[in-house]
Amino acid sequence: MLTRRIIPCLDVRDGRVVKGVQFRNHEDVGDIIDLALRYRDEGADELVFYDITASVDDRTVSPEWVGKVSRALDIPFCVAGGIKTVEAAGARLAAGADKISVNSPALMRPDLINELSGAYGVQCIVVGIDTFADGETYRVKSHTGDPDKTRETGRLTLDWVQDAVKRGAGEIVLNCMNRDGVRKGYDLEQLKAVRAVCNVPLIASGGAGATEHFEDVFKEANVDGALAASVFHKSVIAIPDLKADLRRAGIEVRL
Amino acid sequence: MSLVIVDTGCANLASVQYAFERLGVSPIITEDAEVIHAAERVVFPGVGSAPFAMRSINAKGLKPVLQSLKQPVIGICLGMQLLYETLEEGGETVDGLALVPGAIRKLPTKDLPTPHIGWNTLKPIKKDPLLAGISNGDYAYFVHSYAADVTETTLAEAEYGSPFTAITRNNNVWGCQFHPERSSKTGAQILKNFLDVTL
Repeated sequence: MLTRRIIPCLDVRDGRVVKGVQFRNHEDVGDIIDLALRYRDEGADELVFYDITASVDDRTVSPEWVGKVSRALDIPFCVAGGIKTVEAAGARLAAGADKISVNSPALMRPDLINELSGAYGVQCIVVGIDTFADGETYRVKSHTGDPDKTRETGRLTLDWVQDAVKRGAGEIVLNCMNRDGVRKGYDLEQLKAVRAVCNVPLIASGGAGATEHFEDVFKEANVDGALAASVFHKSVIAIPDLKADLRRAGIEVRL
Repeated sequence: MSLVIVDTGCANLASVQYAFERLGVSPIITEDAEVIHAAERVVFPGVGSAPFAMRSINAKGLKPVLQSLKQPVIGICLGMQLLYETLEEGGETVDGLALVPGAIRKLPTKDLPTPHIGWNTLKPIKKDPLLAGISNGDYAYFVHSYAADVTETTLAEAEYGSPFTAITRNNNVWGCQFHPERSSKTGAQILKNFLDVTL
């Protein structure tokens, strides 16, 4: 039986793990390797590292920490941030990343998704989407690493999800910006709407604040994984307790 | 112990290398036929598309040496798929290394999301040294859209929409559809077992 994944997200800035509220006011929460191993030991199913400054500053991720993480970790991890070319993606996969995730560069040039999936297979290509709920209309934003540089893309989230999958996205991470860092629960309505049009694995992001939020998102939105940051970094939720509670609630998790 | 990871021209050889290093072995990554032939253990890694990987193996002239190995060999993920006779991917069918009978086909997942990504349970169906210490229900990490049916060479199966081969063995050749290098303690146990097998 395939299990639902619990995925701590580590936002990386200048080689350190940071976390902000609604993408602002970042605070330092620790060293990459220390946190990665802590989450591995606690039972995280996968880790995502987002270099949140990369797209904004128009640079590519240094693969150096990718290699260090790969050397230390025996669970899968995904690297995101500033990957604009097949070569940049290949360098990170060669350094040991299991998946690479693209966000703003794919919005600027959607053919990037076709090129990446053609070169490495859909199974390691993740498309991250920062989506903003404008009433019942869901809109995609880009360059969200810096609030002053965040752009409207003119794209509707449901359209972009389907376009990205058609182009070769093997997984979608949907980050609901209204909920990011505020711990009021995942955006179930939006995730349900996306689930209905998304036939690749879907990962929920933004809003986790309590164990019930994870239970809700798996049961109601039927997502494959749930990503969270602040509740794990600040030890609001311990992963072993979370997984035990989810299993008691009848959700398949890896214990 | 001398262990070679065959440079199949695919990305992501490093994570397999690191997994063996964590077990105290220093792998050699090479496309040199003589070095591959002389190694005590040979690993076919793999991330990417099957047609690309087979074209790369053929372009490097590696097919004869990979088909003539007598030492323990293990294929991982795409590297396992390359062991089979034919591989279907993206509407194309290519010849594999034919070290294990059977075909690789798109996993019939019904209405489940594909690719099959995540931790799934293993169900061992035969006894084998590679499965020492592995129990029914242990978790392994899968990332794939194609798979082999359950056949007489299947050692362990997994299920996603339908059952498929998670671990195969034919003579000196083993294959894992999942990524042992990313399957935590279960994966490390399988790689350690591979280092310990005797033929």
